[in-house]
Amino acid sequence: MPREITYREALREGLDEELAYDDNVIIIGEEVAEYNGAYKVTEGLWKKWGDKRIIDAPISEAGFIGMGIGASMLGIRPVMELMFFSFAYVAFDQMMNNAATCRYMSGGLINVPIVVRGPANGGTNVGATHSHTPENIFANMPGLKVVTPSDAHDAKGLIKSAIRDNDPVYFMESTVLYGMTGTVPSNDEIEGGELLVPIGKAKVKREGSDLTLIAHGRAVVTCLAAAEILAEKHHINAEVLDLRSIRPLDEEAIMASVRKTHRAICVEENKPFCGVGAQISSMIMEQAFDDLDAPVLRITSADAPAFYSPPIEKLQLPNPDEIVARALSIC
Amino acid sequence: MASKTANQSTVPFADAPINQSLTAADKIELLRQMIRIRRFEQTSLKHYHNGSIGGFLHLYIGQESVAVGSISLLGEHDHVITAYRDHGHALAVGMGMNECMAELFGKATGCSKGKGGSMHYFAPDKNYWGGHGIVGGQTPLGAGLAFGVKYKGLKGCCLCYLGDGAINQGAFHEALNLASLWSLPVIYIIENNGYSMGTSQARSSAFPKEGLAARAEGYNMDWDKIDGVSLYEIRAGVQKAVERAHEHCRPTIIEILTYRHKGHSVADANAEKYRTKEEIQEYMNKHDPIEFWKNTLIAEGVISEDDYKTINKEAGAEADAAAEFAIKSPYPDESEIFDDIYWEVDNNTEAGRSGRHFFHG
Ligand SMILES: Cc1ncc(C[n+]2csc(CCOP(=O)(O)OP(=O)(O)O)c2C)c(N)n1
Ligand SMILES: [Mg+2]
Repeated sequence: MPREITYREALREGLDEELAYDDNVIIIGEEVAEYNGAYKVTEGLWKKWGDKRIIDAPISEAGFIGMGIGASMLGIRPVMELMFFSFAYVAFDQMMNNAATCRYMSGGLINVPIVVRGPANGGTNVGATHSHTPENIFANMPGLKVVTPSDAHDAKGLIKSAIRDNDPVYFMESTVLYGMTGTVPSNDEIEGGELLVPIGKAKVKREGSDLTLIAHGRAVVTCLAAAEILAEKHHINAEVLDLRSIRPLDEEAIMASVRKTHRAICVEENKPFCGVGAQISSMIMEQAFDDLDAPVLRITSADAPAFYSPPIEKLQLPNPDEIVARALSIC
Repeated sequence: MASKTANQSTVPFADAPINQSLTAADKIELLRQMIRIRRFEQTSLKHYHNGSIGGFLHLYIGQESVAVGSISLLGEHDHVITAYRDHGHALAVGMGMNECMAELFGKATGCSKGKGGSMHYFAPDKNYWGGHGIVGGQTPLGAGLAFGVKYKGLKGCCLCYLGDGAINQGAFHEALNLASLWSLPVIYIIENNGYSMGTSQARSSAFPKEGLAARAEGYNMDWDKIDGVSLYEIRAGVQKAVERAHEHCRPTIIEILTYRHKGHSVADANAEKYRTKEEIQEYMNKHDPIEFWKNTLIAEGVISEDDYKTINKEAGAEADAAAEFAIKSPYPDESEIFDDIYWEVDNNTEAGRSGRHFFHG
């Protein structure tokens, strides 16, 4: 039976299933065990799986992520929670140097099957230090994968694929999405008996013909709202393409959609400079220039640190009205 | 050649059980290993100077006893990870001179196919996990390897080497806390050669008078301090930590006093400025671990001066042959650039075929 569950519950189901699937899967992070997770993603898992599999870490991101990398070289598959992805920066050396380059520098003798997951979003009035969106930064590094589920279905299907992936996967969630519900099939409805969403395949979330909105993570939700306004008020039929992962990137899906609609806007909660949209718009320009009827636009967060003041921070992030206005400028 | 009934040595720590159990052949093998490391590096230095080797070359000359002595204690489930001064550990775990030399030359036959270079040797089949270029960056990985051993229920440990400068990296302190908190069988070996590049230990570290390893007390961890000139002392000291790891699953920090004869790297223009010529001479003449071990074995009647010369000559010939091998080997093919980045791509799995993984051109 199709079920409505939250993004948080979907993640938890995915984690739980992978803990059952492979004895080498472990969860390490701050407050993930006895406290049940700072955002309750791991709620109940410690009780079910015990101290060996679900491990509360001290506040030592470089230490426990580095430790997970070392353990993964021996075949352990650690899933490490960052309470906020903003804290990745204190583990940056481990995440960029050790996780990403050991395979290359060993001539392929080593692989690092880790997952680092946690929320990477602004918009919750927690100030600049807790509002980073580093998907472009990590996607810049060959050897890493960056995954950004936008709904409950994908949260479950992608976390399972991320854990089974044999390369380091940085899995960026959103505290704003944790409580959102979505339809997630139960295992008995699925061929193969489990929900695995492949990493590297984008999804058309809304079919359209006039314009493509390319987004990932929570920006997908914003784009879907904008698309409704465009349809109702302006008779513009926007397609919304959810990238689902930044690296690998589903280039074919992007080009197919742009060739159909001839217009594209890249929408993301990242900062603009070398943001995900910068990469994608350059690719569209190179590969689909003749298909374009208008310049590719980019909508990002304001190019400033996250503002604390709630009404002002809201203005920093992409919102449906902004997307509508920019869409009207090219349609 | 070696007499079977070696004289009782008067050298301290010779009577430790772990040393008593060494046969004459074992002792000669330890000597051979140290000499092989030295000859390998002397040969590599020659080829660095003639332009065949690029980048940095951090020589281990003078410190050979540390890797050879400690690694000689390891068994099937024990692991090794170190920093960029890694040639000695690599040869000590049993990597061949050929693949190690070829790696320096940037050749396809190198241990990392020419992708890692001097600082990044790896041999997972020998439980050797690098070769790491970021000072202190390997220390959480060492804890992780120990975690993996423990998780699998194996009796083993990880020897994680670092320099006296590396002890000031934050990641190391995080790793120490985790190692003690979670009772991980990791042994941190601080190879204290007195300097981190041009900065003397006194100018880089605040530490109690007992030494650098005494910082372990803050983490409720056992520690030890060892003079690295003598293989006997290293083996006796490290063995205690290995037992602690194997039997009690507890970590240890060991400071081993040693000295590098050469500069920080071959590119170190100030090698004789931040330390005096006299100091260097003193260590080379009076504290060289190879000389010390050779003299010990001669005194014990295990080898003669001629035996030593033979071993030295053989090691030199092996190193020259390795250089020949490296010279004759091909450079990696340009097509190699995009191999060994993603396991899934290399193995052409469905995941490796989904989406674009590379973004150049
Ligand atoms: C994070 C980092 N900072 C600086 C360097 C440059 N560097 C390489 S080795 C070194 C000195 C390290 O000394 P020590 O830990 O004592 O090891 P030794 O070279 O004596 O073996 C420095 C500063 C580096 N590789 N990584
Ligand atoms: Mg040093």
